[in-house]
Amino acid sequence: MPVNLRPWIVPALLAGVVIFLLVGSIESALFAQQTVSGLANGGIYASLGLALVLIYRATQVINFAQGAIATFTTYVAWQFMQWGLGYWGAFVVTLFVAFAGGIAIQLVAIRPVERRGNVLTVVIASIGVLIAVEGAVGWIWGPEIRFMPSAFPVRTYHVGGVAFSLQDLGTIGVSIASVVVLWALFQFTKLGLAMRAAALRPNAARLVGVRVSWMLSLGWGLAAVLGAIAGMMAAASPSVLLQPNMMDGVLIYAFAAAVLGGLESPAGAVIGGLAIGAMLNLLSSYVSWVTPQLLLPAAFVVMLIVLLVKPSGLFGRTRVKRV
Amino acid sequence: MAPLLALRDVHARYGQVRALHGVTLEVDEGQIVALLGANGAGKTTTLRAVSGMVRREGEVTYDGKALTREGPEHVARLGIAHVPEGRGTFSELTVWENLRLGAITRRGSIDGDLKRVLTFFPWLEKRKSQQAGTLSGGEQQMLAIARAMMQRPRMLLIDEPSLGLAPLVVSEIFRILHDLNEHEGTTVLLVEQNARNSLAISNHAYVLETGRVAYSGTSDELAQHEAIRRSYLGY
Repeated sequence: MPVNLRPWIVPALLAGVVIFLLVGSIESALFAQQTVSGLANGGIYASLGLALVLIYRATQVINFAQGAIATFTTYVAWQFMQWGLGYWGAFVVTLFVAFAGGIAIQLVAIRPVERRGNVLTVVIASIGVLIAVEGAVGWIWGPEIRFMPSAFPVRTYHVGGVAFSLQDLGTIGVSIASVVVLWALFQFTKLGLAMRAAALRPNAARLVGVRVSWMLSLGWGLAAVLGAIAGMMAAASPSVLLQPNMMDGVLIYAFAAAVLGGLESPAGAVIGGLAIGAMLNLLSSYVSWVTPQLLLPAAFVVMLIVLLVKPSGLFGRTRVKRV
Repeated sequence: MAPLLALRDVHARYGQVRALHGVTLEVDEGQIVALLGANGAGKTTTLRAVSGMVRREGEVTYDGKALTREGPEHVARLGIAHVPEGRGTFSELTVWENLRLGAITRRGSIDGDLKRVLTFFPWLEKRKSQQAGTLSGGEQQMLAIARAMMQRPRMLLIDEPSLGLAPLVVSEIFRILHDLNEHEGTTVLLVEQNARNSLAISNHAYVLETGRVAYSGTSDELAQHEAIRRSYLGY
């Protein structure tokens, strides 16, 4: 009897990657350091990728404005700090601003075109939002590069000869915490259940009394919150500077993460983000000719390969419509 | 006594295609009313017109109040549970989550409702963490009815519950609808192609043909009716 190997391919692949990272980290301190800082980048991609997945699941639309909204909210956090708020104070206020802003954008720019029912129209609207928000950032704060403080002191921890930066560990921690909170919201609350139902089957959800259009607005609000977290973490990392286009690159990595994970799968986006972060960082530190300029194209290559070989990604389901 | 649900001269269309050409019908509280007819006669559209899932003209009154432009989420909150064509099962969610969705608009504990539903469908207890999509067709239909019961409906609109099910399962479903009506007093508007079973459990029936009511009367009368016997009961 032939054994069906298909369901084991993805778990085996993931186990292989984890073993590779673990063994490498035990063998070499440099490898361990690079893995952790790659995972820190990956946490940022995961948060933004998760934001993309949230909106994609509910509306089948990639929100091209996700990066710009994240940039805007990061400037908001920076502004609050300029006005004298402490880091975590500004962080929390920014999350509220992002939530309200995400909802407002959905109500003003997306809902009216969504009602006409065409996916392409919504995509164009989201590109419009991208341009408008990016323009607003430049108009309010100007093109200069600002300095975004980090939540975490510049310090390193030494574990067995390996120096981990607190910045990296903190970024990983914040990303994981936000993902866990979101997961708990969806899994254990009535609101989360209603949001999932609205995304899966809007018509059936309406029939049990779920206010589907309001759930979509809330989804935009939550996506903006995730984006804000990603933006604040990214701007504090040494590789990204706070400027109006700072999330453009991050958005591409987040796309790659979401596509790798399967676009419909929140867990997939998180794992995809961490994997892409770690792999690209290792690639650039061990392969001499891979300079930072090649990392963005590499993310594109990952995306292309996934779309060609397994369009449903690691965790996506191939949609089967039952008649 | 005024009927619980009344449609007066209801028209509905999908884009340019007109599906209902003036349907008038009444459902009294506590009754089971069957809505029969061939494919494309407008049965499903009639239910959708009540729920506000399709643009309609004409008058729909529920519990003495006119329903105007309310969407389905509002109609659901009035105590009308609608099990749509295709059952409306959230197949990616668990059985338990499907049941919770039935009570999603209510605050407070739903344990009592769950207990009530489990007296009708005791097997749901053991299957509650199973993905709803993995249930059999008959089980999914029962889950859909259970989900509707979690809404504590005063009125149940149910669309072709017998579709695609084996005869034994079909009789089981009809028995449950009958019990639901008898023990809980739930008013039922039942859309069906299975005329024989529907006439057996209903008080009144309407037969739709091309978007209009062609015949109506008590179920006993219609079961005796010559033309209906020939076209819908087949003897």
